[in-house]
Amino acid sequence: MEVLSIKNLTVKFDSQTVIENLNLSVEWGENLAVIGPNGSGKTVLLKALLGIIRYSGEVHWASGVKIGYVPQKIDADRYLPVNLLDLMKAKSEILRLDKKETKSVLETAEISHKVLSTPVGHLSGGQFQRALIAFALLGSPNVILFDEPTASLDQLSEERIYELVSNLQKKRDITVLLVSHDLSVVSQYATKVLCLNKERICYGTPAEALRPEILDELYGRHQKYYQHGDHKHSSNK
Amino acid sequence: MNISDTYSFILSLLGAAAAGLVGGFALMKRMTLAGDVISHIALPGLGLALLLKFNPLLGGAATLFLGTFLIWQLQKKTGLATETAIGVMFAAAVAVGALVTPKEDLIEALFGGFERISAWEFAVGLIAIGFIAFFIAKYKNRLVLSFFSPELATAEGVNLSRVNLYFLLIFSLTIIMGLQFLGALLVGALIIIPAATARNLTGTLGSFLVISAAVAILSVAAGYLVSTKLNLSLGPTVISVASIIFGVSLFIRQK
Repeated sequence: MEVLSIKNLTVKFDSQTVIENLNLSVEWGENLAVIGPNGSGKTVLLKALLGIIRYSGEVHWASGVKIGYVPQKIDADRYLPVNLLDLMKAKSEILRLDKKETKSVLETAEISHKVLSTPVGHLSGGQFQRALIAFALLGSPNVILFDEPTASLDQLSEERIYELVSNLQKKRDITVLLVSHDLSVVSQYATKVLCLNKERICYGTPAEALRPEILDELYGRHQKYYQHGDHKHSSNK
Repeated sequence: MNISDTYSFILSLLGAAAAGLVGGFALMKRMTLAGDVISHIALPGLGLALLLKFNPLLGGAATLFLGTFLIWQLQKKTGLATETAIGVMFAAAVAVGALVTPKEDLIEALFGGFERISAWEFAVGLIAIGFIAFFIAKYKNRLVLSFFSPELATAEGVNLSRVNLYFLLIFSLTIIMGLQFLGALLVGALIIIPAATARNLTGTLGSFLVISAAVAILSVAAGYLVSTKLNLSLGPTVISVASIIFGVSLFIRQK
């Protein structure tokens, strides 16, 4: 069953076309990775799906969809006297949620008391991303849009975040749309891959999409990924 | 203290609490200096009212709201940053204000004084304070999310444009409340200093807002007592007290 259907989606900023005539459908429970070079429209696609930028064409979410959003990067003001608990409370009150839900989300996202009470501008990169995930989980979303959730993190923090995402998906039966640069992560976690470079370059399972000739077309040079230990890593040749 | 003085005193304390709270949000929005600047937009209205002999607060309020609306339009239509739009409006307002305000009234318009007020003015003041309190209670969460990340707030369904307009209006209303007893030059200080003091003392939202309001109330109450005892001007005394409290807070600063 479809959770999302996109028809002829086009996004333009002034005269510059960022996404052109994109067609796509996503099934419930899928883990769709969106890959592509810098400036290919990945983040813009998520923002269009959230309805926070203007677009032409059709974006149709199935009824009953509740979306959580983990943005790429927030430069949290170090001076802001606000901690994660304040933010969770704010969202919880706007959505009129039961207080128990905040507690349950904090447990699921494995947020420590220290992280909860530290001003957000003082959290480390990994703590901050985890906090953003907890924030997104509040309100029991059944679809989560992740925009490069580990872009600024070290290897260990990155692995922990993806383990969390993977566990969430299993426990809560969540549909995930994940923008990522990391092809090893994509091959490991995604069920479907969309290659985007202004328009749809490929779409299919990781095995179908992550072929050298497609990556050549997408990135303009050959991208390979290799494995060491339990995890694969990607690199440019 | 007669009944009129009592009205003024109560209203100035409530106005201080409002300034402390609204100042807290202004600090989070990084627009505390705007309080200083926006208050000057009241100057042409104050001047015109003094010239034409009607209630100066009405004149101040009229130009302040007009200015606020124009600032909102300027940033919305041209994409200018809030501080830039305020800067443009400030320069124009001070120039016009200085031209129209009678010279003998200029000092009072700038530094304020402890005016006696009627029961009617007291009632209007209470309504204005009630309005500010209602806004803060209703929009607190939306404001906090928008300060943290405008994008995330929009994704959660917060209408940023509307919240920004309401905040600017409440900000202006708060300035009007303080305008009479602090004057156009000093009212902005009651928005900046208590909030900055509170930020030195805490990093969590609830205690930050409570401390900001408490410091503003304390500054006005202590400023009133000191200025009465020593026969000093109220506005400068209040702001001096607030500045001393800020100075103390620097020694017990939190991250």
